[in-house]
Amino acid sequence: MLTKRIIPCLDVKGGRVVKGVKFRDHRDAGDPVELAAFYNEQGADELVFYDITASSDERGIMQAVVERTANQVFIPLTVGGGLRSVEDIRRMLEAGADKVSINTAAVLDPSFITRAAERFGSQCIVLGMDAKCIPGVYPPRWEVFTHTGADGGRAAGLDAVAWALQAVELGVGEIVVNSIDADGTQAGYDLELLRAISGAVTVPVVASGGAGTPEDLYQALVSGKADAVLAASIFHYGTYSISETKEYLVKQGIPIRI
Amino acid sequence: MPKMLKDGHKVITIIDYGAGNLRSVVNAVTKLGFQPKITNNPDDVSSARALILPGVGAAADAMASLKKLGLVSPIRRFIAEDRPFFGICLGLQILFSGTEEGGWHECLDIIPGRVRKLPAGLKIPHMGWNQVRQKISHPLFDGVPNEANFYFVHSYYAEPDDKSLVVGETEYGVSICSVIARGNLVGTQFHPERSGEIGLKIYDNFMKFALTARLSSL
Repeated sequence: MLTKRIIPCLDVKGGRVVKGVKFRDHRDAGDPVELAAFYNEQGADELVFYDITASSDERGIMQAVVERTANQVFIPLTVGGGLRSVEDIRRMLEAGADKVSINTAAVLDPSFITRAAERFGSQCIVLGMDAKCIPGVYPPRWEVFTHTGADGGRAAGLDAVAWALQAVELGVGEIVVNSIDADGTQAGYDLELLRAISGAVTVPVVASGGAGTPEDLYQALVSGKADAVLAASIFHYGTYSISETKEYLVKQGIPIRI
Repeated sequence: MPKMLKDGHKVITIIDYGAGNLRSVVNAVTKLGFQPKITNNPDDVSSARALILPGVGAAADAMASLKKLGLVSPIRRFIAEDRPFFGICLGLQILFSGTEEGGWHECLDIIPGRVRKLPAGLKIPHMGWNQVRQKISHPLFDGVPNEANFYFVHSYYAEPDDKSLVVGETEYGVSICSVIARGNLVGTQFHPERSGEIGLKIYDNFMKFALTARLSSL
């Protein structure tokens, strides 16, 4: 049986791992390559590097980080943040990334998804979607945000579910659903958002934003119907290790790779 | 007669035809102390001791690249001579007669059978870690526990006409042929280069039997 994936996400800025709360107040949490090796030993199923500044002069730093990681760590690695062209993607894949996550560039020009998928295959094109609940609407709806690497981000004027469906049609092979409301709060994933996306699309869905306890991961997988869970703070600050999180999930009857 | 390994005999030829996972495969081979020779030259392919065909992405594009590089005949001949060959993911699928991917495309036609779309109802691609059930004992599985997890990412799966070639199976809606073997040819649907320590073990096993005693002489 296909197991559910536990994916630590390393937000990288200037070659170092940081993690902000609601995309603000970045704190330093270490060397990305060391952390990648550490998480691999602990049983991480994949890794995500998210380049949170991704200015063009820092692109080279990220490439070097990906290269050093891929030399040492033999589990799938996704790189996201600021990838704007087929050439940007090619460079990351050549450095050793298995997948790339695209967000803003895909919203601004949806045909970018198709060009990327045709060139490299859908399996390595991940839609990173940042969504925020629209207040006072029932049934609940979520709006897509871009430029979330900068403070707060910008509303894209797109419905999250409709955008997810369109992106799959255009060729993405996976969707990371990040709740802006939940990100960094450690109060649990946005389960309604996850259910809405996962129920709508045929590709795997990765839950992101809000993990505080192993119970939150369990809820995302069961109640949120996610295929994988992404988390940062709870792992980076040692609140829970990946191995103890996995043991907990196994006890709850979730198929997990040990 | 098995030969003693010398440094010059630790070279593994990896075919570079634009496959996305080339770099990870090269890293895995290097990590294990072998010497990857990356090439798209037909002569290098013909003279290789052991070949790895990586692959990820679309079958039709991969076939077009192999044709353009003049690698189709050298690969066919290499396998016909039962020399050690390892196909990974798409590198396994394109050995078959043809694929349903994007209509119907003829492939290398080295293994009779077809490549089919995974059944609807489950998430596609089949992405993540899944168990491989070992159907027979095979040198590729040395030191690999039965039902060990490997990393998969694919939307199509290979179905050989001759079921006895299936040495490893994985469940995802259907029984997928996840490991195939015919003489000194082996192939995996999963990505051993992305499957942690246990994946590296698969490469190590292949390179050991490829470079010392070949399977057929075991």
